[in-house]
Amino acid sequence: MRNLLTTAATAALVALAVPALAEIRIGASLSATGPAAFLGDPELRTLEMLVADLNAKGGIDGEKIKLVAYDDGGDPNKARTFATRLIEDDEVVAIIGGTTTGTTMSILAVAEEAKIPFISLAGAIDIIDPVKPFTFKTPHTDRMACQKIFEDMRKRGIGRIGMISGTDGFGASMQAQCKKVAPDYGIEIVADETYDPRDADMTAQLTKIKGTAGVQAVLNPGFGQGPAIVTRNYWQLAIDLPFYQSHGVASDGFIQLAGIEAVEGVRLPGTALLVADLLAADDPQKPLVDAYKAMFESKTGTPVSTFGGYAHDAFLIMTDAITRAGSAEPAAIRDAIEATAGLAGTTGVYTFSPEDHLGLDLSAFRMLEIRGGTWTLVE
Amino acid sequence: MRLTPKSATLLILVALIALAPVFFPSGFYYRVGALVFVNALAVTGIVILTGWAGQISLGHAGFAGIGAYACALAPVHWGIHPALSVLLGAAASAVLAWLVGRPILRLKGYYLAVASLGMGILISMVLNNERALTRGPDGIGVPELGLRAVLKDAGLGLSNGQFWYFLCGIALVVGAWAALNLRDSATGRALRALHGSEVAARTVGMDVARLKLQAFVISAVYASVSGSLLALQNRFITPDVAGFLHSVEMVTMAVLGGVGSVAGGIFGAAVLTLLPQVLTVLAEYEQLVLGAVMVLVMIFLREGIVPSMLRKGRRREE
Repeated sequence: MRNLLTTAATAALVALAVPALAEIRIGASLSATGPAAFLGDPELRTLEMLVADLNAKGGIDGEKIKLVAYDDGGDPNKARTFATRLIEDDEVVAIIGGTTTGTTMSILAVAEEAKIPFISLAGAIDIIDPVKPFTFKTPHTDRMACQKIFEDMRKRGIGRIGMISGTDGFGASMQAQCKKVAPDYGIEIVADETYDPRDADMTAQLTKIKGTAGVQAVLNPGFGQGPAIVTRNYWQLAIDLPFYQSHGVASDGFIQLAGIEAVEGVRLPGTALLVADLLAADDPQKPLVDAYKAMFESKTGTPVSTFGGYAHDAFLIMTDAITRAGSAEPAAIRDAIEATAGLAGTTGVYTFSPEDHLGLDLSAFRMLEIRGGTWTLVE
Repeated sequence: MRLTPKSATLLILVALIALAPVFFPSGFYYRVGALVFVNALAVTGIVILTGWAGQISLGHAGFAGIGAYACALAPVHWGIHPALSVLLGAAASAVLAWLVGRPILRLKGYYLAVASLGMGILISMVLNNERALTRGPDGIGVPELGLRAVLKDAGLGLSNGQFWYFLCGIALVVGAWAALNLRDSATGRALRALHGSEVAARTVGMDVARLKLQAFVISAVYASVSGSLLALQNRFITPDVAGFLHSVEMVTMAVLGGVGSVAGGIFGAAVLTLLPQVLTVLAEYEQLVLGAVMVLVMIFLREGIVPSMLRKGRRREE
C-alpha cells in the first residue's frame, strides 16, 4: 500500500514538473443533440475525425491539436455558457461552431469580447454583415441561395412563383432574404405560405398555392423534416410545376425521407460535396471533396452531408491560418484567416478580406436536380 | 441568540455568494454562478406558487419571455432605459398573470396548470412568428445595461462575468428575502393554510381565489425579472427562453430541491444548472445520468433534497 502511494505521489510530481507538450487548443460548441442534431452531429464527427487525422500526421509544425467540444443542444443560452467555458476555463485559441444562427449569435458576443477568432457554421447573413473583426463563417448565406435559385428560374423563363416556408429560424430568415432579392431578378412572389416545422401535413398551404393564378414554380425554404413532408404532399397533389428546395435539405437523408418518387425533378442549390463523382477532373475542389467524402464515409459508415462539409472547411481554414501565422496567438490567427486567399474547401473556394468574412461567391453553389433518387448537375 | 430560520437562510445565502468566488479557478465560474442565481430567482417564484399556494404553472417561461423581450424591445422601440424595461416587463407579466389567473383561479383543482400551459405556448408562438417585432426564431440583440461602465467610473472595475455574478446574486438575495418575509406574513400563512385544505381555509372566511391569484401574480413577476436578467446578461435572446421546456425546467428545479422551501428551490436550481456542466465529460450519457439523479431523488428524498435532509438531520438530533 505504502509503495503504491509513493509511486502515485512520484508520478503526480513528475506529471506536474514536466510541462505539457505544446498543443494548440481549439474549442467547439455544436448542436450535436436537439432539434438541429442532423446538422450538429456530422459537424462534430467531422471535427473529431479531422483532428485525429491531423495529429496522426504530426499536427501543425509538430504541435498537436486538442479539440475541446461541447454539445449545446441548440440552446443559445447554453452555447453562451460553453463559449465562456471554452475561453475562460479551457483557454482555447480559437472557436469553431455555432450550428444554428441563434447559438452563433450567442458565441459571437463572447468571442468578440475576448478577441478569439470564431468560425461559425450557420447560414444567416447577420453573422458577417456587418463584418465583426473576429467572426467568420463557412456556409453560404441564405441570400446567396435565393439568388442562385432565382438565377436558375430566370434561365427557365419563370417569373411568378409561390413560396412555402418553415417558421423555424432557417426558413424564416431565408423567406425574408428571398423576398428582398426577388425584385432584382424580376421574380414576383404571388403566393407566400408558411408552416410550423412540427406540422405533419402541408396539403392545405400547397393547395392554396396550386390554386393561385399564374404561379409558375414553387420554392420551399426550410430544413429538417418539414421540406420532406412538403415535397411528399407536393407529389401527392400532383402539382405539375418546377419545385425548388433550399440548401437546407442538401443531404441524402432528404431523398430517403421524402421518397424517391416524390423528389424526382426537385432542384436545389448544393455544394460540390453532393456531386463529388460528377466533378470535372480539373475542378479545384475535386481532390479535397473526394478525400473528405472517402474519409467520412469509411470512418462513420454514413453518407457525407453538406453540413459536415461546413465543419471540414472551418477546420481547414483554421489550420491553414495557424500554419501560415506560424503562431497560435488568437490575434495572429485572426489576421491569417482574414488573409486567406483561393483556399479550396468542400463548400467552395474561400477568399477572405477585411470587408468579406464569408469569402464565397455564387459560383460556389451548384444547381442540382434529383433524378432517379440521385443528385445530378444542372448545366 | 438563536437565529430564526429566515435569517439563517439569508445569512448562508449571502455568505455562499460572497465567498464562492475565492474558490473559482477561472472566470467561467462567474458565468455559471450568475446562471444559478437567475434560475434560482425564477424557482423562488415557483416555490411561492406551488410550494405555498399549491398551484401548478406549466407556462412560467412565458413570463420569463415577456421579461426578456421587454429588455430587448422597449429600449429600441420606445427609448426606455434597459433597467426600466425590467420593471416594464415585470408589470406586463403581472397584468397578464392577473388576467389569466382571475377567471381560472376561482375554480378548484388543477385548471391553472392547463391554462398556463396554453398561455406559455401562445407567448412562445407570438415571439417566434411576429418577426417584424421580435425578429423571429433567430433571436434579437439586447442593449447593454450600462451599469458596469458606471461602476467602473466610480472606481469599481469588474469583469463582465464578475459584474453579472454579483448583480444576479444581489437580485436573488432580495428575491429570497421578499419571499421569506411573505412566508411569515399573514398572507403567507393564509396561503399555506389553503394549500393544506382549501375547504377549511374557505370555512374560516379566507378569500381563497384572491390569495391564489396574488401568489400567481407574484410568481410571474419573479419569472419575468429572471428572464430580464438573463437577456441583459446574454445581450442576445431567442424565443427558446419562453419555450415549454424552460417552464418544465423551472418546476423540476423547484421540486428536486424542495418545493416547500426557498432554500430548497435555490438548491434545486443550483444542482440542475451545475450538473450539466459537470456531466459534459460523459458526453452522450449526460441526459441518462441527469434522469437517474432525478428519479433517485424523487424516490428517496420525496419532499425534495433540502427539506428531506433537514428532517433527517433533525431526527438524528433528537
